[in-house]
Amino acid sequence: MRGTLSDRMGAALLMAPLLLFLVLAYAWPFLGVVKWSFTLPRPGLGQYGALVSDPLVQSVFVRTLRIAAIVTLVSVTAAYAITVVWVRGSPVQRVLAEFCILVPFWISVLTRAFGWVALLSNRGLINTWLQSIGFISEPLTLVRNEFGVVVGMTHFLIPFAVFPLASAMRSLDERVLLAARGLGSSRMRTFWTVFVPMTRSGIIGAAMIVFVFSLGFFVTPAILGGGRSVMIAELIYLRIFQSPDWGLGAAISVVLVVFVGALMALLFRSVKPKQLV
Amino acid sequence: MPTYRPGPVSLVLALLVALFLLLPLLAVVPVSLTPSRMLTMPSGELSLRHYRSLIEDPRWLDSILLSIRIGVVSSALSTVLALTFSLGVWMFQPRFTAALVGFVLLPMVVPPVVSAVTLYFLLTSVSGISTFFGYDTWLGVAMAHSVMTVPFATVLILVSLSQLDRRIDLAARGLGASVWERATRIIMPNIKFGIVTAALLSFVLSWEEIGVTLFITSVNAITLPRLMWMGLRDNIDPAIAALSVILIIVTVLVLAVRSVITRRQTAP
Repeated sequence: MRGTLSDRMGAALLMAPLLLFLVLAYAWPFLGVVKWSFTLPRPGLGQYGALVSDPLVQSVFVRTLRIAAIVTLVSVTAAYAITVVWVRGSPVQRVLAEFCILVPFWISVLTRAFGWVALLSNRGLINTWLQSIGFISEPLTLVRNEFGVVVGMTHFLIPFAVFPLASAMRSLDERVLLAARGLGSSRMRTFWTVFVPMTRSGIIGAAMIVFVFSLGFFVTPAILGGGRSVMIAELIYLRIFQSPDWGLGAAISVVLVVFVGALMALLFRSVKPKQLV
Repeated sequence: MPTYRPGPVSLVLALLVALFLLLPLLAVVPVSLTPSRMLTMPSGELSLRHYRSLIEDPRWLDSILLSIRIGVVSSALSTVLALTFSLGVWMFQPRFTAALVGFVLLPMVVPPVVSAVTLYFLLTSVSGISTFFGYDTWLGVAMAHSVMTVPFATVLILVSLSQLDRRIDLAARGLGASVWERATRIIMPNIKFGIVTAALLSFVLSWEEIGVTLFITSVNAITLPRLMWMGLRDNIDPAIAALSVILIIVTVLVLAVRSVITRRQTAP
């Protein structure tokens, strides 16, 4: 290599602006948040102690983990069903599946949450329809509870689960499937014993992405939960803006980052990053 | 040649998922045509009054203009930063590249609510120094959006660089081109599609951004998603349905145009 010194200078000059920007606008303020968690309202470990002892905070943590687990299970399963058609269907089926995946993906989270409000609320489409055919007399409570939150989050996260699944299914050698069928294995058996095990890395990747996303989700639970099924992210918001308790909000944020970081580390130990994309 | 195609069970399940994905997008259409001031199904007559209120109510127009301004500024900032950084990575392959790229991607990986608290801390701290740039100002929002979009722009530009043939850069270098000439006359023309995509994606992400925006604005910098949020939380305004229908139609049109273009490119 020629001119190593000027090479190093050039690299430093080109990379510096973004690195500097992120250090000043992201890393430094994050350390400030960590500092809040140890100093507000009083210096010490009080906020972390409160996390362990406060029953409200605990119930929010448990609810968040429960909702994230349900959403992960449902959305990865649903994503799997539509990805099979998107990757292996006939040309027309592929175009239709792609449309159904990409259109919601590009539509803002607010519009999608609003669509669910329009469907599920007391005077929404589903209740109006069920009442008009006389199936029910009182509207069903479908939003402002955990059901609404799970539905909205699943809807939001299915496209995110599709992408790792699709790449796993695309890299799968079709001849193996044809061989299994040719040797007399039924459709179902080929699917469960050949197809699914061979897309394992995609399933793990999709589940991890959806689970991590659900843990820090804010907008959809806040709108469809209507303040009744608060998740971690909304709790942080409430602690910072409604009952000014910045220290506790900061401490919950720090715990969330550490937890997500640990999950990601686990993922990268079990699956090589290349298998995900 | 035989191919492995999904069977009837797969097709039925996929159809159910497809319906689930489209249902809430279709549901906003009838709501947007209701003549009532409340969020209800229209019974009998239809009305376009909520579409009219989008044009006549200055709040909607103001927030749309503000969102465009913030999107343009933050997209320009994050594209320029991502581009220079990626050029440095590609041209010089410095040591610790993996760690540096990992650092740049953090805002994409960290839960958005934590990034929101972080940027809230930043902007409230800066507010003491400058009223121009801090909490609840449009420049502050633009900068915060850049933090959130710059990892996506960097990924897109790095991906298009990875498809570039290194030998053309080596040839330019062998012929005596300076770093500046190599970057602007050899590399950038070859990745211009990636750069434009990065800028567009940054704009779209900023245009839709709500999670961080909620934490860093209160009364002055009301972006379009922030205004929608206020309408959704308090009493649900059917104007949001009208706006949603318009946004959905625009999205579908853009995707359709894009798929026609890519099909032409792949099948000449």
